[in-house]
Amino acid sequence: MAVNISSTISPFLLQQKPVSSYFPALQQQVYGQPLIYFDNAATTQKPKSVIDAIVRYYSTINSNVHRGVHYLSQQATEASEETRRRVARFIHARHAHEIIFTRGTTESINLVAYAYGKYALKPGDNVVISAMEHHSNIVPWQIACEDRGASLRVIPMNDRGELLIDELDHLLDERTRILAITWISNSLGTLNPIEEIIQKAHQFDIPVLIDAAQAAPHMPIDVQTIDCDFLVFSGHKMYGPTGIGILYGKEKWLEQMPPYQGGGEMIKSVRFEKTEYNDLPFKFEAGTPHIEGTVCLQAAIDFLESLPLHKAFAYEQQLLEYATQQMSQIPGLRIIGQAQHKASILSFIIENTHPYDVGVLLDKMGIAVRTGHHCTQPVMDFFGIPGTVRVSLAVYNTPSEIDRLVTCLDKAVSMLK
Amino acid sequence: MSINEIQDELIAEFSMLTDWVDKYEYLIQLGKDLPPIDPKYKTDDHLIKGCQSKVWLHAEYKDDGKMYFTADSDAIISKGLVSLVIRILSGHTPEEIAKAELYCIDQIGLKEHLSPTRSNGLVSMIKQMKLYAIAFQSQLKNA
Repeated sequence: MAVNISSTISPFLLQQKPVSSYFPALQQQVYGQPLIYFDNAATTQKPKSVIDAIVRYYSTINSNVHRGVHYLSQQATEASEETRRRVARFIHARHAHEIIFTRGTTESINLVAYAYGKYALKPGDNVVISAMEHHSNIVPWQIACEDRGASLRVIPMNDRGELLIDELDHLLDERTRILAITWISNSLGTLNPIEEIIQKAHQFDIPVLIDAAQAAPHMPIDVQTIDCDFLVFSGHKMYGPTGIGILYGKEKWLEQMPPYQGGGEMIKSVRFEKTEYNDLPFKFEAGTPHIEGTVCLQAAIDFLESLPLHKAFAYEQQLLEYATQQMSQIPGLRIIGQAQHKASILSFIIENTHPYDVGVLLDKMGIAVRTGHHCTQPVMDFFGIPGTVRVSLAVYNTPSEIDRLVTCLDKAVSMLK
Repeated sequence: MSINEIQDELIAEFSMLTDWVDKYEYLIQLGKDLPPIDPKYKTDDHLIKGCQSKVWLHAEYKDDGKMYFTADSDAIISKGLVSLVIRILSGHTPEEIAKAELYCIDQIGLKEHLSPTRSNGLVSMIKQMKLYAIAFQSQLKNA
């Protein structure tokens, strides 16, 4: 069976301690087994520093932000705006007001599809996405295209799960208004060559939105170097709180886009005849924001920077390679998504078994994976499968957890045969 | 046997199986033993909604005044679960099925499948069978 080479990779350490020791939820047992958490692409566990930040927020500065004359409101406002500056530095944005807070990646994409769509899309125009997008980066564009009489074009992929970038030469034209694409595929793990894609789009002056939901927790991001026009990600997938998302947009686009939602905070003055909208970033932040999530996102960024991210990326790449090697030795196991460049995600099916059955049995053995179509039904249709079992890694996963997974998969398969 | 007698029988059977592996192996065996469904019922109309795997269910009301279910699934554990519920509910009157309380699921150690958010749809399977029973009940009343 599997050749054990795990001894060559050591668990990731943070201040001389295994990084998993900073995560209270990882210390528990499920069904009497130590929990192994491999569902990180859905959401990551939270380090104690983030959990403490949430408790501290509600124990100290909790209050509504902006326009408050009192002490707590000023503290909460300052903490929220400090997060905006932190996020801007984290992704190397030029200005803090290019950072818009949303509920998550999905809302960030919906905001752009609606507001940029309203600004730029006309009948006969087109929007380009790829064959491996999450439903969140398909449906908002379908809605925008339907509303504006535009059409949707799709960059195809090969059976290894790599995009056929050359096809862009046919797909992009003078009527393409935006290209929206994922950096890392959530169901295949493909790491897309986004810089090349962005360059190609910019030759036609086409702005590019990058779905970085799966990238932000794993690798350093520099929006000025890659030169994307929009970049979206979620706090909860990068060790932060749920319900806080980020939209980065170049000032020149955000200035021109109309508001997404109306309400408090997004206005300068309201009269029944005419409302004057607020400046960036507040124009896009109607209503009371998710203050706790915003403030505590700083703790998640602190955590990522303490690793630091480029080291975590190198470690996770080793772990992914190790997992791929070990799992390839399981008879009948087929990895879905065999791109040359991949990150953190390993999707597979096993001959004569249903992903659901494998997932249920792994669960009973204390291993959390995700099964199904992973909100990428077109990808499953492309491969002609009902779904996959997805193992998605985070920095706290270890080679010995991979070994345990392989053992448990063997057991699951023997039960199902 | 009444629905509750069958449930008690299942509880006794599962009580011999002490660990989860034995329970799931038994469930998988129940799935394998499930008589095949007529292929003409394996259509989208017969799919139970709310399952991550495909589960087809067909209900028939026969002259003996009882309902009979047949089913299939592309996942073996789902097939085992539907097989289990068929063993309990099939061959009873619509009225008995509609008012049946499936207390055995909890007691045989498959409680985790009863959560409504669980994607296997055991709850959906039971609900669908009861809906068929209620539909036949009202048809019979109006006949």
